Amino acid sequence: MRYLFRTQYRQDLSLWRHNGDRFWYGLLAVLVLIAPQILGEFYIGELGAVYIFAIAGVGLMLLVGYTGLISLGHAAFLGIGAYVNAVLLSHGVPFLITLPVAGLFTALCGALIGRPTLRMSGLYLAIATLAFGSIVGTVFQKWTSVTGGFDGFAVPTPYVFGIAVESATGIYYVSLAVLAFVLWISANLLRSPTGRAMVAIRDSEVSAQSMGIHLARYKTLVFAVSAGMTGLAGALFAHYVRFLAPDAFDVLLSIQFVTIVFVGGLGSLRGAILGAMFVRLLPQFIAIVRDDLPFGIGRLPGLEPSLFGLVLVLVILFQPDGLDGMWLKMKRWFQAFPFKRQTSFHRQKVYAKSERLR
Amino acid sequence: MILFQAEDISVRFGGIRAVDSVSFDVRQGEVFSIIGPNGAGKTTIFNLISRIYNSTSGKLVFEGKEFTRTPASQIASLGIARTFQNIELFPNATLLQNLLIGRHCHSQVGFISELLFLPSVRKAELHHREKVEDVIAFLGLERYRDSLIANLPYGVRKVVELGRALCVEPKLLLLDEPSSGLNVEETEGMGFWIEDIKKDLGITVIMVEHDMSLVNQVSDRVMALNYGKVLAMGTPHEVQTHPEVVRAYLGGEVESPA
Repeated sequence: MRYLFRTQYRQDLSLWRHNGDRFWYGLLAVLVLIAPQILGEFYIGELGAVYIFAIAGVGLMLLVGYTGLISLGHAAFLGIGAYVNAVLLSHGVPFLITLPVAGLFTALCGALIGRPTLRMSGLYLAIATLAFGSIVGTVFQKWTSVTGGFDGFAVPTPYVFGIAVESATGIYYVSLAVLAFVLWISANLLRSPTGRAMVAIRDSEVSAQSMGIHLARYKTLVFAVSAGMTGLAGALFAHYVRFLAPDAFDVLLSIQFVTIVFVGGLGSLRGAILGAMFVRLLPQFIAIVRDDLPFGIGRLPGLEPSLFGLVLVLVILFQPDGLDGMWLKMKRWFQAFPFKRQTSFHRQKVYAKSERLR
Repeated sequence: MILFQAEDISVRFGGIRAVDSVSFDVRQGEVFSIIGPNGAGKTTIFNLISRIYNSTSGKLVFEGKEFTRTPASQIASLGIARTFQNIELFPNATLLQNLLIGRHCHSQVGFISELLFLPSVRKAELHHREKVEDVIAFLGLERYRDSLIANLPYGVRKVVELGRALCVEPKLLLLDEPSSGLNVEETEGMGFWIEDIKKDLGITVIMVEHDMSLVNQVSDRVMALNYGKVLAMGTPHEVQTHPEVVRAYLGGEVESPA
């Protein structure tokens, strides 16, 4: 066991709790940096996709896990980011400008949508964001002069400092850099007054207000940040798929994002990444084992969506803290070994409050 | 000196006059208690002062300035903090984070500097942290600093909520039933803290309370309400022996005052 003995207030503000954290995260950084040298092209491509989903997952985590607001329309923000990036690139704007512009523009859309919809809460907010998602999806389909409609839109190759980012490895590194940036600003936000205001809004709106937190302003702000991060992910997603079709950004994708957040564990940035790994790697895993499954299970139609649904239900029932909670329990078990505390491993029945019933 | 004034405030919910032309003023440095049977409108008055409810008519004045229509989120920066009857802490955050949220109205860093965690943010955070530590030391909450609120016993949460209100560095503190749910010992402790808040920190307190021993222990003046109307105002003894008040609590005829 490790006990932290803090002697300075600045230790409370540090991103790393102790040197152990620095060591392990440093090791992780080295591993992900050299991964393209070790793994094959296919795995690097998939890992890059995990990073892209993790970026969107972190964005949605800030909204759902930390502020307690639900959104079923985040695929629309991914789409907005993807199309803005692709359209600007095709007009000859350099990638290092289109990427941040895609993020900022999506954030602006988030603020515009957020301002009126965030007066609602709970189911009503879920429905409103769902409606927003399908409206945007329709716009992608019908606004053919810009998006190409169902003919699709070929995404031009991006150039970073004059180097073409074409291979899976190139997209891998760009996604990794953006993910690191998004994690860094999220962690900064969470240790600042705004991050605490988010948690306050999640846990008790009435007292948040009495502590001087302007509810509408912070909700809109978080919605914008969340949308902006998803827009960044969208810009990268465009390069991952290389060819944009409007039906890629449907409600199923939004639900995948929500799955990332719930399976990962509400209220944890690490959870967003674990959730993204789960959501991206489960289909790959199914594809690999599909042919070896007995009784023709592998040939059943709808195997993948039903497995997603099953896992979501099981996680909510038995592991409301998600993969992050599982990770923490495992860590505790090893730290305390061989002394196991039964109570630490009891089935969790406390649910994070994501929306208050009114 | 008068710190706070309510002039003729009323609020109606449908046909019910929850608060009916209530006027009172609170002097700098006193503990002013509001008592009354259930449903008398005590908490409604608090919700009016913290601007969660809009008053139907009347005026609220703090330090000579009217704030009858100030948005709820700006009340804390005026210097008015409150606690809630049924504890409204942030249960999935640590005690430290809860108290830091109390400092929210004092934070002035920009959003972009927060995203980048610029040195100005770090400096401001360290300052908040020091202020919070003062409150932790004042209330003796050191051992719970990093505990999640959800894991703390009720009595401690009650003190944490008091601490969070103190982190606002208020001039006026509204305590909504500080002793509800506490045992005799904890109630006594709460009484000592209220006295300390008044004497050491010089904070004016308005308190809604049912526990008469606590009211007697700390109050300078008491106001009794029933059905949204003021029944009596004065020293604790005067109010408790007031025939109208006795009738409101016990019903029926009044015997000779004790």
